[in-house]
Parts: sequence; C-alpha cells; structure tokens
Amino acid sequence: MAGSQWELPPELCCRPMAFVALTGLDVVYNAVHRAIWDAFCANRRADRVPISFKVLPGDHEYPKCRTKRTSYEWYIPKGILKTGWMNKHLNLVPALVVLFYELDWDDPQWKEKQSECATKVEIVRTSLQGRNTKVAVVLIQKKTPLPPGEDLVASERAAALCNACDLSGKSLFVLPHTDHLVGYIIRLENAFYEHAQTYYYTEIRRVKSHKEFLNKTTHQLLFVRHQFKIAFFSELKQDTQNALKYYRTAYSLVHELRAHETNMLEIKTMAGFINYKICRLCFQHNTPLDAIAQFRKHIDLCKKKIGSAELAFEHAAWMSKQFQSFGELFDEAIKLGLTAIQTQNPGFYYQQAACYSQDRKQQAQQLCQGGASHPSTEPLDTQSGGLDFYGQRPWRQGHQSIDPPDAEKEKTGILALQIKERDVPHSELIIALLSNAVAQFKKYKCPRMKSHLMVQMGEEYYHAKDYTKALKLLDYVMCDYRTERWWGLLTAILTTALRCAYLMASVKDYIIYCMELLGRASTLKEEQKSRIEKNLIRVLMNEVPDAEPECDSSSISTARSLWSDRMSLAGSKELTIEVQDYIPFIQCKAKFQSPSFHVDQPIQLQVYLRADCPHPVSFNKLAVSLSNQEYNQWCVLESSDHRNMSLLPGKTKLYNFSFVAKTEDVGKKIEMTGVELMLGSEGRCVFVSWRGAGGDAASAHEALQAGRSSRQWGRCMEARQEPDWDSLSMQHSTMIISRVPKISVQLGHQPPALNNEMYCINLTIQSQEQGIATDVKLTAGLKPGQDANLSQTTHVTLDGSKVCDDAAPALLTDVPLGDLKPGEKLEKCVFVKCVSNGPRVFLFHVAYSIDTTVEGRQIVCKCHKFEPLDRLVVDIPFLLMTDILSSSPWPLLLDSSSLQLLAMTSNTPQRQSQLQEVVLQTGECASECFCLRCPPQTNSNSTVATGQYLISWRSADSPLIQTTVTLPHVILESIPLYIHAELPSFGRVRESLSVRYHIENRTALVQEVEMAVEPSDAFMFSGLKQVRLRILPGSEQQMLYNYYPLMAGYQTLPQLNISLPRCPNTNTHTLRRFLPQRIFVKVTKSWKCVLTTELAVTGI
Amino acid sequence: MNYTSRANNYPLYIRSVPTQNELKFHYTVHTSLDVVEEKISAVGKSLGDQRELYLGLLYPTEDYKVYGYVTNSKVKFVIVVDSSNTSLRDNEIRSMFRKLHNSFTDVMCNPFHNPGDQIQSKAFDGIVSGMMVQTG
Repeated sequence: MAGSQWELPPELCCRPMAFVALTGLDVVYNAVHRAIWDAFCANRRADRVPISFKVLPGDHEYPKCRTKRTSYEWYIPKGILKTGWMNKHLNLVPALVVLFYELDWDDPQWKEKQSECATKVEIVRTSLQGRNTKVAVVLIQKKTPLPPGEDLVASERAAALCNACDLSGKSLFVLPHTDHLVGYIIRLENAFYEHAQTYYYTEIRRVKSHKEFLNKTTHQLLFVRHQFKIAFFSELKQDTQNALKYYRTAYSLVHELRAHETNMLEIKTMAGFINYKICRLCFQHNTPLDAIAQFRKHIDLCKKKIGSAELAFEHAAWMSKQFQSFGELFDEAIKLGLTAIQTQNPGFYYQQAACYSQDRKQQAQQLCQGGASHPSTEPLDTQSGGLDFYGQRPWRQGHQSIDPPDAEKEKTGILALQIKERDVPHSELIIALLSNAVAQFKKYKCPRMKSHLMVQMGEEYYHAKDYTKALKLLDYVMCDYRTERWWGLLTAILTTALRCAYLMASVKDYIIYCMELLGRASTLKEEQKSRIEKNLIRVLMNEVPDAEPECDSSSISTARSLWSDRMSLAGSKELTIEVQDYIPFIQCKAKFQSPSFHVDQPIQLQVYLRADCPHPVSFNKLAVSLSNQEYNQWCVLESSDHRNMSLLPGKTKLYNFSFVAKTEDVGKKIEMTGVELMLGSEGRCVFVSWRGAGGDAASAHEALQAGRSSRQWGRCMEARQEPDWDSLSMQHSTMIISRVPKISVQLGHQPPALNNEMYCINLTIQSQEQGIATDVKLTAGLKPGQDANLSQTTHVTLDGSKVCDDAAPALLTDVPLGDLKPGEKLEKCVFVKCVSNGPRVFLFHVAYSIDTTVEGRQIVCKCHKFEPLDRLVVDIPFLLMTDILSSSPWPLLLDSSSLQLLAMTSNTPQRQSQLQEVVLQTGECASECFCLRCPPQTNSNSTVATGQYLISWRSADSPLIQTTVTLPHVILESIPLYIHAELPSFGRVRESLSVRYHIENRTALVQEVEMAVEPSDAFMFSGLKQVRLRILPGSEQQMLYNYYPLMAGYQTLPQLNISLPRCPNTNTHTLRRFLPQRIFVKVTKSWKCVLTTELAVTGI
Repeated sequence: MNYTSRANNYPLYIRSVPTQNELKFHYTVHTSLDVVEEKISAVGKSLGDQRELYLGLLYPTEDYKVYGYVTNSKVKFVIVVDSSNTSLRDNEIRSMFRKLHNSFTDVMCNPFHNPGDQIQSKAFDGIVSGMMVQTG
C-alpha cells in the first residue's frame, strides 16, 4: 500500500487495444468452442491485430449507459477524469459483441434455430442499451461452405437470418469448423477489428460533439476531460498520431486550469498522466528527443507547483514518480532498440527520482513529527473504498471550490495523510531507485557516478539501520575513492562507515576505519582524530568506545549494550588486520640494507615506522617474517626487550635487525613476506600486518612525487638524522651470494689455437688465504652451453706429450690438485685440441675448501683457428683450386698435401704436391691447382661430394699435424647440349675475327636447337643471325661467325641465345657459362691514322 | 559555484562557495570525470592533437551546470555553476577556463612547485577568488 498512491494506474500504462466480447461460447464443456477460443487467444503476436478478447455469457450485463445530457448549461463538473473511465473502456464496454451460434445452412430445424438466434441477439442488444457497441453473429458450421454464390440455399437463409436478427450482411459470419480453423479465425478477427475501429470512430465523434455545448468559465475541466477521452479512443483505434495530438492539447489545457491549493494535486495528477501518455507515444514513434523535451517541459512547469506546504512531501513523492516513470519508459524503449548515451540515459532519471525521494523523506520527517499516537485514517476512507476522480482528496470529493468546504475536516485529513506518510518505508524506495540508477550507469560507462550512487545507497541503508548492507556497499566503493585519491570523499565515506561499525559493534571494522581515519589520507580535523584515537585505544584495552557523533540516541543505547556484550565475551581477542590496501595511521617501510649480502657478512634489515595520529602510540611487538622462516626468530622485537616501542606523531623510527645467513642459502634470495606490528596486549591484541616490505595504498604515489620533487635535496641536507619518509625506498629481497675467494687464478696462452694443434694453456693458481686451502679441484674445458658440435670437435687433456685422440673429453671435471698452503703457487698445463674451426669459450673452475666455506672461481678464455675457403665447380673438365691462407701468427711449414677424390677423377696423373716444404708466413697464401673431370652420373641435378684435401703441417716445434679439409659439395647438372667456342685470344679493331661455335648433343635423342645472335654495339658480324637446326645424338654442329670489332678494349661479344623449342624448360642460361663473354680488341695503326685524318677534315 | 583543476584524476585544487554542502560539489566534480574521460577518449581517436580544450557542458543536472576543460597534458578543469545563473554564457565560461589555464601554467612554471602536488599558490587563489566574486 505504501507508495501505491503515487503509482500510475495500470490502465494508463498498458497499450490500449480494442475490446471485443465473445458470447455464446461454452469454453468449459464444448471442445469445439474451446478450440475456437484458443485460436483467438493463443499466439497473439505483433502481426495479429491488436484486440483484447473476452468470453462473456450471452446475458452479460454491460455497464449502464447514463442518459445523454441534452444541455450542459447547469452542469458543474466535479473533477477532471473519473477513476473508472479508462478501465471501463478497456475491459468493460466492448466495441463489438460477437454472438457465436451453431447452425448449418441445411439444418433440419432451421426455422426454430433462426428464431433462437434472433432472441439471443436481442438479449445482447438490450443489455447494451444506449451504447454504440456493434453486434455481430458468427455461425459455427460443421460443413465446409461452398464458394459464394453457388449455394443458393445459403445465401437465401443468410438474408433471412440477417433480417430476423436485424443485422447488416457485413455483421454475419460463417465459421466452418474444419482443418483451417486458425486461418478462418484470423480472417474473422480482421473483420472484427474493422468493426471496432468504426465503433471508436463514432465514439470520438460523439465526444467531439459535446464541445459546442461547453463554455470556458464553468466547464474548463471538461475541456481537459474530453481531449483526454478523444486521445484515449484514438489510441484504442490504434491511431497513435492523432492520439498524440489530442494528448498534447489536453496537456496544454490542463495547465490552463485555475490552480489553487485544493485542486493542485488533481491537476498535477492529470498532468502527470497525460505527460506519461505523450512520452510513451513519442518513444513509440521513435522520437526520443520529443519525449525528453516534453518531459523537461513538464518538469519545469510542475516543479514549483508544490501545493499545500503541510503536504510538501506529496509534491516530492509525485516528482520522484514522474522521473521514475520516465526512466522506465526510456529504459523500455532502449530494450526495444533505442540507443542511449553516457550523458542521456535512464540512469539520470532514476537518480533524480531517488533525489526527490530523499527530499520526500526529509520533508516527511519534518512535517510528520506531531500527530496522534493512534493514527486515525477515518478521513481517508471513502464509501466505495476508492476515489471517484483522480487526484482528489477523499474527504471532499467532487468539490471544485477554491476554499475547502470544511476547515476542520481539512485539518484532520491533512493530519491523517501525514500520519500515513510516517509509515512509508522511504529508505526502501530510495534504495530501489538508486540501485536502478546504478544498473544504468554501469551500462553507460559512468564508474564514478556509479560509485557515488552506491555511497548514497550505503548512507540510505545506514539511515534504515541496515548497517551490514551499508558497510558492504561503502566498503566496496571505498577502494575506488582510495585509488582515485579523493581524500575528502574517502574521509566522508569512512566516517559513515565508522558510525555503522560502531552501531553494530563490529570490532574489526571499527578498528580498521579508525586506523584509516587517523591516517594521513584522512581530512578530519585534529580534534576529531584525537577523539577517534582515544576510542581506538579504548577498544584495544577491551573497553567500550564513546559513541560517534550524529548517531541518534536510541541506536546509541542499543550499540552500547552490543559493545559491552562483545567485550565481556570470552573467545579470541586476537585480530589480524591486513593494512596493505588501506592507508593506516602507522606506516611501515622495511628494507634490506643491500640488494645482496656475502654469506660471511651479517644480513642487515631495517624497519622504519611512522605514526600519523595526533597522540603517541606504543606497540608491543614488531616482527618481520622472511621467506626462509628459520630467520624469523632474529627479526622480532618484543616489549620485554626494553627498547623504545612508542611512536611519536610525525616522527620516523628505525628498528634494526641482523642475522647470519645459512650456507645452504648461498645463491638464493631471501624475501620479506610480511611485517607485523602488535598493538595492545592484555585486553585485545591487534596485529597490523603488511605484506612484503610494508607500504600501503598511497605510498607508491608518494614515493613517485618525492622522486620528482626538487625539494628533497634540501630536505635531506638539513635533517640528516631523520630521512625523508617519502623518499625512503623499500627493498623487500636480498640475494645471498658466496664469499669472495681469496685465491688468484691466472691463465697464460697465446691465441689463436690452430686446427688440430695441441694448444697449451698455462694455469697458475696462487692462494692468498690465511689458512690452508684444502681439496683444491680444477675443472677445465669447453664451457657448457655452447654449440653442441663444439663439444665433439674439442678435446682437452692434461697430457701434452702426444696428440690426443677423439676419446678425450671436452671438459675435464674435478681434477684433484691437492692442498694449497697460504701463498703457495701451483702451475698446470692444459692441452686443447680443436678439430673444427671457430671461437670457443673455455671454462676454468677452481674449487677449494677453507674452514667451513666452499668457494669457487671462474675464468674464461677464448681460442681462435684458421679456416680454408671453398669454390664452386661444374662438370666437364674443370679446375679445382685450393688456397691455403695462413692466419696463424707463427710461420707454418707445409709438409705435403694431397687430394682424396670421391666422385671425381683426376684429369692429370697423380704427382707430387705442389706445396711441399713451403713455409707460410702470417697472411700468406699457398695455392694448388688440380684438373678434374666428373664422370657422368646416374642421377642428374644432385650434389656430389668432391672429396677431401689433406694437408700436413706443423708450426715451429710441434708434432706434424694433418688437417683434413672437406671440399665443398658441388651441384651436378647433366646438360643436353654442350657448347664451346673457338676464337682467337684477341681481336683488332676493324679486322675480321672468326669465331666457331661447337654445339654438341649429349643426349640420346635428336635435339632441335634454335640459335640467335643478338646485335651488339661493339661488333658488326656476318653469319646466321637466327637459325634452327637439328643435331643427331652424340654428334656436333659447328657455326661460324665473322665478327668485326668496332671499338677497342675489352668488349662484350654479341650474345648467342640458344633455346631448345622441344624442351622449353631447359635452362639454357647454364650454356652461356661455357662461352667466352668478352674479348680484348686491340687498336690497329691504320685506325689511328684514320682518326687523325678525320680530325684534320673537321679542322678545315 | 565551484572550481577545480586536477591531473591524473586526483584533485589538485578544489574550491567552492558557499562552503556548506561542499561534499556534494566534490561528488559532482568527481562524477563529471566520467564524461570528461569519455570525451577525451572519443576525441583522441578522431582528431589527434588538434583538440578543442574546452569540452563544454558535461552533463545536465537539475540544479547545476557542469563544464569541463582539458589541457593537452590532460590536466582537467571543471566548473560547476548554479543552473539559475543565466548570466554565464558559453563564452564567459570559456574565458574563465582560459584564465584558469594561464594561471595554472604560471603555477607549473614555479621551480619550487612539484608537479602533481596540491596547488598552493596565492596568485592562483587570487584568480579563482576573483572569478567567483565576479560571477557571484
């Protein structure tokens, strides 16, 4: 009942649809009738005509029609709109009554049935006396009708029936009960719809016709009423454009009414109704801007129409409802496809509605304080249980005079309303509206608006004394304000939250909010902080804290008893509060003094604490927990230690801890997992705990600001003993690293190392320890983690007397070297043999034990080697050239060299190495040349291994070393044609130069060859420019050309293009390689003469 | 009437007259940032640097008008005025913002001011007070 006075009536909010009554259907016992009725009601989708059907008995009494007024002359209207009117036309007065009657055309008892039908029609007509409601008859028939005009009996009997029932032919329908029932029904209802529209049209005409009888002085209310009715009938007729037009006129008329205190509510109520209709239609017509404009206009017009001051809350309630219902309309339109934006969405309307509800609550609290203790609702009771007209007072219905007819009654009436208002659950209404708004703002990306509304919701819950919900909401948004750093707002929220926590005696929450309100983010005044701190200390002593200001006295007394219950409770008195995400009044920053410690040094850990509260605060225990919990025992400070454990306001206090790391932790990280501070002792213990190395929600930003600040330099200088808090950095982890070894390891070697050489690296180890280094071990060899091939091509040995074999490992591990006395020196040679070239990183690792500490040391060296070069070779006879380039810094003696061929054969007989006994200095090169031929291969276009080149060499005094160089693989191509040219080694300018091309067919097929010579600037030539010829398998063709050089110097010969038209994909480009590209053309003496004579001629 | 300017969304300076009900204005300014951020991100996509600093009326409330202005370095200025104050047109608001911006630049040029700290400047106070008195 609470807010229902302000709810819009459902008949206003629904979509008006034509009302058609169906009679003569027995839907309970007759299956055929039931099926017909179901076909009418089921599946009423948007494509069906908008009709609301109702089954009524044949003798149903319709609302009586009042006798028509012939003159309005003495008529004084009692109100604007009757409360029952809309419902009457939606649900009670049909536009059309349809009589269903079972009758086939060939019924044997036709006469009797016809008259029975006529009687039934007559009964309906009588009960509709005076109404314009249409009547129609539907004959339910068992047989499928014949096409119109064919059944003569039917048309004759139809005419007779119409006559008997006094019906027009258009109002008689036949419904064959066959398979296609739904199809027939849809056709029927379309016909009904037409009848209904005609009915509403005549109703509109009827209402319009009253207008001429009205006069502007006494019938102002009727103008509004009639426009509203016309608009409503238009809506029933589904003529929404005209409906909108009439509603708009009605709206302006309603504001022309003379408004005074007694009828203000009626005017506003009607204005609200009409506004609702207009906005609804505008949204329906997809003109949301019109709707918004209309609503704004409506609000502007009505905002100031407060009416009776004693009932000011009514205005607020009405305003709230206006915003709410507009918001709902807007939201509904969005669901149907309208798009809203961030700055124009339903949320704003819900928010404003909530705002007015808050006003309403405030006004209700002010106005409804007095009143009888036994509220009498008597003045609000009416005979009928409801009002006759919308928006009137129950105790003076129908009165339209400016002054209330009975002053006494008026007073009791108002009082009764005030008393009723007192019981309205305002907070509930406000919260519902706010949560609607929150949902909207969430949708339209307004996170801050959402937070703000949630704060309001929390406050409302607080007022409604639902502290748990209030805290839940406030707690949720607090962190948003904290991260946004709006301290003023955060403080306001915390203050409310603290009140909630106090009133529900929630100890933990109370302590948390106290701690944050005392912190540096709080904008509270000093005396407030001081009061809160005293309360906090009281709670820590297990005493009841003082009440928060601005709490009402009744809740304070309940809170007191709650607190004392809680305090006397045995149970655990220990609380742990994680403060990392708050901004507590005690700040903590902890650091390891260094990011790494050697294992033989004590680890230094510092904890800085600082209190921001107005009074000193003392604590009883400080503990740092570390990732290795074994160290925790060293990082505890307890009150028994007699150290100063009180923190002064605004002063930084430093606590030092130190401990020795265990040797197992060498190479590991030690992290601080948390810092814990215990407040209070007997009574109640609160562990304030920070994760990691302290810091809180605001410290990161403060550190950033401090880093940016220019002032910090000065600040640090002037206050040496107390470091600047903000620029203190945290160091939450430290590395335990091994002790610095006191041993020197030196490597002596002369890079580069040569391939296959037994390369010697000298290692000198000297102890600088005070004591004896025992158990010295050497690990030497290739550093692991390099290319996997290197470990197979590198061999390390300690034995330098002979060339080591492939079995030698790449890395010698843990070679025992015995003990080293202080200052003792030890030398060792390590030989390295590398079989492949490339840089290598070697690892030398010396480990020894001293006292109890194990130490190690690494030294790294690099090796280099020289590398041979590769060439590409083709088939046919070819030359293989090997270049040996010495990149060794020492002279190398080449002993011998030889080729080991695989697929190739040598074209020349084997002879002695050309390089025997050659000494190569650094950078010198020795070349050897071999003429080879590749025999025909079975598989073409594949790579063929050439073979190996063996070189025996040695440097000054090392053993003879044989290096094997694998020669590069060559790609073998079998070519269909082989071409070579015969031409002199040079030509002369303007002297004929004959060139003979030999073209050989190397395949077993006859080859067709196309040859063309491209013109060249440097030559004239004679011979076949373009020719096509055939070459038999194995035979060759010769082509002779006479080239005539025109220019001197190296000249490109005319290009010979050869193509095989039979096999176009053969790469003839490879053929060009066999042909000389250029020739040197010498200048002739005569040419020079010619040149001079020509010059002479031009000179003349 | 209420002036604020802020960077990185926490307040650098807030002042309101009359001082009662100050909290409500703080909330109004804070919530208006939703719109400011949305506008900045929308503009950022289309026009790049050629941005109009003045954002105009941010959103309508029943009682107040909220205007916004964002500098190129994303420092936000918000002015809240009473809806009934009709003497303030768009142009006046625009020039007020420009004045604020100039004064803010002066504050930033002060070598002793640490950017990001609350603004404590007599000159800036003076400018703000002047505007508040002028507009009533």
